[in-house]
Amino acid sequence: MPRLSADTRHRVSFTLNGATVIGDAEPRMLLTDFLRHTLGRTGTHVGCEHGVCGACTIDVDGAPARACLMLAVQADGSVLRTVEGLEPEPGRLSTLQAAFRRHHALQCGFCTPGILMSLDHFLRHNPDPSENEVRELLSGHLCRCTGYVSIVAAALDAAEKLREGADA
Amino acid sequence: MKPAPFDYLRATTRAEVHEALDAEGGDAAVMAGGQTLIPLLSMRMARPTVLIDIMHVGELGGISVSDGAIRVGASVRQAALLDWPELATHQPLLAITMPWIGHAQTRSRGTVCGSAALADPSAEIPLTMVTLGGEIELSSSKGTRRVAAEDFFTGLMSTAREDDELIEAVHIPCSAAGTGHAFHEFARRHGDFAIVACAAVADTQGTRLGVGGLGDRAYACDVGTLEGSALDDALTEFANSLDARDDLSASAGYRRTLMRKLGRQTIEEARRCRA
Repeated sequence: MPRLSADTRHRVSFTLNGATVIGDAEPRMLLTDFLRHTLGRTGTHVGCEHGVCGACTIDVDGAPARACLMLAVQADGSVLRTVEGLEPEPGRLSTLQAAFRRHHALQCGFCTPGILMSLDHFLRHNPDPSENEVRELLSGHLCRCTGYVSIVAAALDAAEKLREGADA
Repeated sequence: MKPAPFDYLRATTRAEVHEALDAEGGDAAVMAGGQTLIPLLSMRMARPTVLIDIMHVGELGGISVSDGAIRVGASVRQAALLDWPELATHQPLLAITMPWIGHAQTRSRGTVCGSAALADPSAEIPLTMVTLGGEIELSSSKGTRRVAAEDFFTGLMSTAREDDELIEAVHIPCSAAGTGHAFHEFARRHGDFAIVACAAVADTQGTRLGVGGLGDRAYACDVGTLEGSALDDALTEFANSLDARDDLSASAGYRRTLMRKLGRQTIEEARRCRA
């Protein structure tokens, strides 16, 4: 069994938004820091760093996950998606992102990347959610600007557009 | 908040986990989903020198039913148990309790056994296990043993697991026909740590109430068929017997009051649900 020693950096490689990325990390390095500092992908935000605020939520192997509750070395070999992977093509917002813009579902934008990643996964598995279901999902995120009303409205609107056949 | 340095072992067999635990003992920490352990590492409340990642050990996965109990392996994530189609049939109490564990975004990675391992006094899995009389299966290079949940949880974040032992699985009794179940939890927001959580299971013989959030671990008591003021008295006595503490979220007195009210509500609902 390979032992990754504490004081050495080790090769970590995974698929990020469809492309293979490689970097070096000590075992103790959090995935958030690896994404932001090693790979320079600063779309994933770091809030509380202990799993409460949800700002760093990303998609790991098809399920939502807090990047701050993972080590970079744990992600080795996984398939990750972050907020940078949401836009269908450069310069065009996804249906969900566009709904956020229309409904003013963000003010300072700090919590937004995590919320988008949670909702992106959620809407693909729950195409016709109730407001309560959306609110329960959002209980895993903290937003201090909006009061959540506009986020819920954006999520429900995006769900409707996606049901009508809008592309992701 | 960054963890202190540690070595990282990615185990692929049980034998490797046991071997590492034998070699490292109390300096090692077993990591499954990491949803509680990584914050403890980041806050440096836990400082293991070696982390043993067990999520790549194929032998530790799997949900099965045998001898009237659901066996949940060490690497089974909470979301996987919640999505198991037979869960509500075999144990409705788990099915209604598990959505209260953290958030969808943490249940996707957190494991059932990991929740038992960390033994948070307000966590839902230990509470359910104590209420239902579950067992924890521990293994080491010397063999395996099973410990009743009530004996396994020994205090605040502490358990009867020895340093060389791995929590191999938990066993949760299946629900008997004609049993009613209920669960209620009070927290500042859905998914936060419970200020008080109550679980009840009722059959014709009597009702058992489990309580989390008061005291150093989950506790359960049998209230038989008591009703009315006799039930209130029993709940007051139970609440007063628990070492509730004041903290930022609630005072000890508030927790006791909440437990008496929520406990009664949970008991009555479980009795109503009894077929």
